[in-house]
Amino acid sequence: MIPELGHFALILALVLSMVQAVVPLVGAQRNSAALMAVGRPAAQGQFFFILFSYVCLTWAFIQSDFSVQLAASNSHSETPLMYKITGVWGNHEGSLLLWAMSLSLWTVAVTVFSRHLPDAFLARVLGVLGLVSAGFISFTLVTSNPFERLLPGVAEGRDLNPLLQDPGMIIHPPLLYMGYVGFSVAFAFAIAALLSGRLDAAWARWSRPWTTVAWVFLTAGIAVGSGWAYYELGWGGWWFWDPVENASFMPWLLGTALMHSLAVTEKRGAFRSWTVLLAIGAFSLSLLGTFLVRSGVITSVHAFATDPKRGLYILALLVIVIGASLLLYAARANKLMGGGSFSLVSRETSLLANNVLLTVASASVLLGTLYPLFLDALNLGKISVGPPYFEAVFVPLMTPVVVLMMFGPFLRWKDDDLLAEVRRVAPIFVASVAIGVGSAWAVDHLTWRTVLGLSLAAWVVLASLRLLARRLGERAGAAAGSRLRSITASWWGMWLAHLGIGIFIIGVTMVGSLDRHLDVRMKEGQRAELAGYTFVFRGAVDADGPNYDAARGNIELVRDGRVLGVLDPEKRVYRAQGMPMTEAALDIGVFRDVYVSLGEQLEDGSWIVSLYYKPFISWIWAGCVLMGLGGIFAAADRRYRRLAARDAAAAVGGRVGAAA
Amino acid sequence: MKAKFLVPLLLFFGLAGFLAFGLTLNPREVPSPLIDKPAPNFRLARLDQPDKTFALEEMRGEVWLLNVWASWCVACRQEHPLLVRMAEQKLVPVVGLNYKEVRGDGAISVRGMALEAETAMAVERGQRWLKEHGDPYLLSVMDIDGRIGIDFGVYGVPETFLIDREGRIRYKHIGPITPESLQGQIMPKVEELRRAG
Repeated sequence: MIPELGHFALILALVLSMVQAVVPLVGAQRNSAALMAVGRPAAQGQFFFILFSYVCLTWAFIQSDFSVQLAASNSHSETPLMYKITGVWGNHEGSLLLWAMSLSLWTVAVTVFSRHLPDAFLARVLGVLGLVSAGFISFTLVTSNPFERLLPGVAEGRDLNPLLQDPGMIIHPPLLYMGYVGFSVAFAFAIAALLSGRLDAAWARWSRPWTTVAWVFLTAGIAVGSGWAYYELGWGGWWFWDPVENASFMPWLLGTALMHSLAVTEKRGAFRSWTVLLAIGAFSLSLLGTFLVRSGVITSVHAFATDPKRGLYILALLVIVIGASLLLYAARANKLMGGGSFSLVSRETSLLANNVLLTVASASVLLGTLYPLFLDALNLGKISVGPPYFEAVFVPLMTPVVVLMMFGPFLRWKDDDLLAEVRRVAPIFVASVAIGVGSAWAVDHLTWRTVLGLSLAAWVVLASLRLLARRLGERAGAAAGSRLRSITASWWGMWLAHLGIGIFIIGVTMVGSLDRHLDVRMKEGQRAELAGYTFVFRGAVDADGPNYDAARGNIELVRDGRVLGVLDPEKRVYRAQGMPMTEAALDIGVFRDVYVSLGEQLEDGSWIVSLYYKPFISWIWAGCVLMGLGGIFAAADRRYRRLAARDAAAAVGGRVGAAA
Repeated sequence: MKAKFLVPLLLFFGLAGFLAFGLTLNPREVPSPLIDKPAPNFRLARLDQPDKTFALEEMRGEVWLLNVWASWCVACRQEHPLLVRMAEQKLVPVVGLNYKEVRGDGAISVRGMALEAETAMAVERGQRWLKEHGDPYLLSVMDIDGRIGIDFGVYGVPETFLIDREGRIRYKHIGPITPESLQGQIMPKVEELRRAG
């Protein structure tokens, strides 16, 4: 009964999403306040019904109702409660429902936080979001109904894929989806602006916090996913350039470009048509990512069940949404020319250059991801594109991005004196290269990659400090406290996020250059040496869990004769699917992780043990945390709330004026 | 409308065309490097009579299938009735390769188990399974440690290899055989090879 209620609620949500799509758009065109006002309650009602539907599905999982097909294939009566709940989105149908729910949540957030928007504009935004939502809910209902019954029900479920039974998996998909789907708000703002022909500084200012918050979610989602891959897959890597990872990374790159382009449009009125295109592009890549993951056109470790009907439906959805918005763009873009002028040496130019580089980087990831498909389609053979391609393309593209990223903030808007600025940062630049070469030599890894990475990191850190000093020096004579307070939250956001990139580069470079790996056969009492650490194998014992059998290794980590701790990696076999899993054990430190995973047991009773030494790997995630914090600071800037209040007053004034 | 603003739209349509075509392809269909190469030879103990062995070359002159199976393999249970029907109709001889019968089973720990004990257990489990589900095989051989599986490039069970009169692998089917794949791919190839010889 409850699954049927959930199914019914989802149908009601679809109906409401169609109402939300059509009525406000018509209202905005006819300038009818009554029709426009339908958008808000329709969006909120839609959210209520999707949430209800979602809760019903979760209930089926918690109750182990194995007459529901989805629960039977993705849950088990012995699965811990936490993983029964997260199992709801550990599959195709449930994750689509989560997708629709997060879109609906964003829409409700728009209705709550955008009271200051002009009615016609808000109506168009809600209409566009309603259209996207109708597309996705109907996709769910038509091709992937999560409430499908399995009659007669089975006695026991097949359990959730053991890889997904992990705390990282609890938060990774919701964060990622909030990020993916969040770009729909910037997209809807851009389409609404194109429809109304009103693409001005106010539009850019309204879009900015939404874009930034979505970007924060996406950053966090990608970082958590990467962390999950690191400790759960047991291969010791943190990024594999897998198509599904790329699918989330492409919108991230374009979203980053969008945030910066929006800044220029808001401050200077320039790049308007470019900004609109980026807003369409970032969301299009989110949709494309969904297509790639859900349709199975690309093989990936993440691949869910593939079904050509689903692929076709979502491709049609893609063509309608992206095709229509690009057509609208083509029709309206020539009205967007102009804007503030700027000279070759200005902050605008540096932001534009970075924007172009980020877009090219995103396009090259897209090319690498789809290249096997292109070749296959043209009958040129089957290949796969691996990390060497991505690294070869990515490093040369990102190096100028990082250099410019720290140089740009020193430049003034509109026009600046290149020579004077270069002279000012040249000492920092030289010092960075010196530090890069020096530290690469100090860690005894004098390759061009290590030197480049460490120099770039030093450049980011030093230039950040210089930038802060300069900012604090601007109001000479004022007390230090008031100088600090005069810096806006969005400036801190920029500063932190850029610094985060520097920290991230340190992590990536050190792990890439200095990590050590050793696979050894170990018997009880045997030792192995790696990177100055001694590993003593103390044997393995049985350690069965609620829904798996496991052997737990016991390995002492010794350095300089001192025992640092005991690592206990596990080899688990999940009973329901008979699937073996490794559960790595880590000794996490600020400057290095020691990582151990347990492999197969051999006939003579010895075990294959994989030992890893990963210098500075935590810095990768620390960098991501700083970037995310930067985004939060930027989105929380008081300016948005102050100007929102002004816009609201203006909107009320405008309404009174129109009435009179 | 200026032409240059249509560029993103045209690029997107090009991409969508490729994606649509991509839907008709199967990326999982990986060509095996062993196709048209001589099948790796083996001599293994028989499951029905463990004291006797059987070698690949004994099938020379026949067009036959090598079916990789194990009692712990759930998907094998799915294809098994079809194999039994094939045997009843005498469509094509099938040799079973019983793959990692004991150590492949996640529920059993082979820690400290002697190879003899493991073999005895494999025989017992394999024979019981065939008794329960029917034995469609000409005979089955036991790949206790999975070494022959490695030679054949097995990466999942079940898999089925079509081998011609000269002992060359001519086709590889990954996953359980379905009536469609049997009629659509496997049997036409068997007929073709029979005519050719």
